[in-house]
Amino acid sequence: MMVAMPKQQEIPPFERFYCAHRDEVLAYLRRLLGQRAEDAWQETFLRALRAYDRLEHGRHLRAWVFTIATRVAMDELRAKPRPALEAEPAVELRRDAFREIEHLTDDLPPTERAAVVLRYAYDLPYDDIAAALGSSEEAARAAASSGVRRLRRNQ
Amino acid sequence: MTVDDQLDARFRAAAIREGLVDVRYDVIDSPVGELAIATTERGLCRISYGVDGFDDELAHVFGARVMRAPLDDVHRELDQYFEGTRREFDLALDLRVAPFHEEVLAALGRVPYGITTTYGALAREVGHPTAARAVGTVMNRNPIPIVLPCHRVVGANGSLTGYAGGLDRKRLLLQLEGATLPL
Repeated sequence: MMVAMPKQQEIPPFERFYCAHRDEVLAYLRRLLGQRAEDAWQETFLRALRAYDRLEHGRHLRAWVFTIATRVAMDELRAKPRPALEAEPAVELRRDAFREIEHLTDDLPPTERAAVVLRYAYDLPYDDIAAALGSSEEAARAAASSGVRRLRRNQ
Repeated sequence: MTVDDQLDARFRAAAIREGLVDVRYDVIDSPVGELAIATTERGLCRISYGVDGFDDELAHVFGARVMRAPLDDVHRELDQYFEGTRREFDLALDLRVAPFHEEVLAALGRVPYGITTTYGALAREVGHPTAARAVGTVMNRNPIPIVLPCHRVVGANGSLTGYAGGLDRKRLLLQLEGATLPL
């Protein structure tokens, strides 16, 4: 049989993309949505599949699926009112420091919660987080920062 | 945290129900070893003895929305064939090949169970009596072996000649069908 070898950054078969990311996306959505995560998880991968044949390349697929998951979760969470972001100096957190306060993220407003978790639990860069939140990079940074401050206050 | 089987199956079923999948595949066991099988909405499109790289090849030919899912109809008919209770397949086929290949594969599909023919005879059958070698190429690239029975095609001198899945498999399939084997 003739086998086409994949070129670099060629779009992988959906099955491979799905198997590579399904578990971490579910874990992420559990952090954001708790018990409501499973429906959001399915919706995330259905949206990914609906868009998959329009992808132009296979770069940044991990960030892409986290973006979709974040939007699905935001739609869920926005049923609840969310407080406005405060303008304060940026705060960064070390990963091990985050682990100590990670369990408190449930109480954060949706945008801050997504920004904090994407930044500190998944190591996504701020431009990817901005894309996920549909905001600017500064707004993403501000949301993560504000989330960290809130976590520290609640500690 | 891992996605459990139930959640996984629910997602796959929803994706297929929504028509979001270009091609589905599965890997099944058979007396001739593992078989990778694939279908599109139009029908069975691949059977392969090689499992490695199968998903890439499917993505390349049929689209990137490749999903693994049980293919019950194909699986059942193949099981029946290997048990000796099925001599013809009732499966729609999705052949995306050049016209000459299509013609030759159609003629191949008419070669009866348990009977062998030759490359030359198939070439004559499609009206190109001198194209035995080209027919050999079509057999070698047959996308749906077993169901399109290229194992029933042997050399004019009675030798088994070749088989994309290896001569052992060709011999086994012919024995299973009770064909008189060339020496």
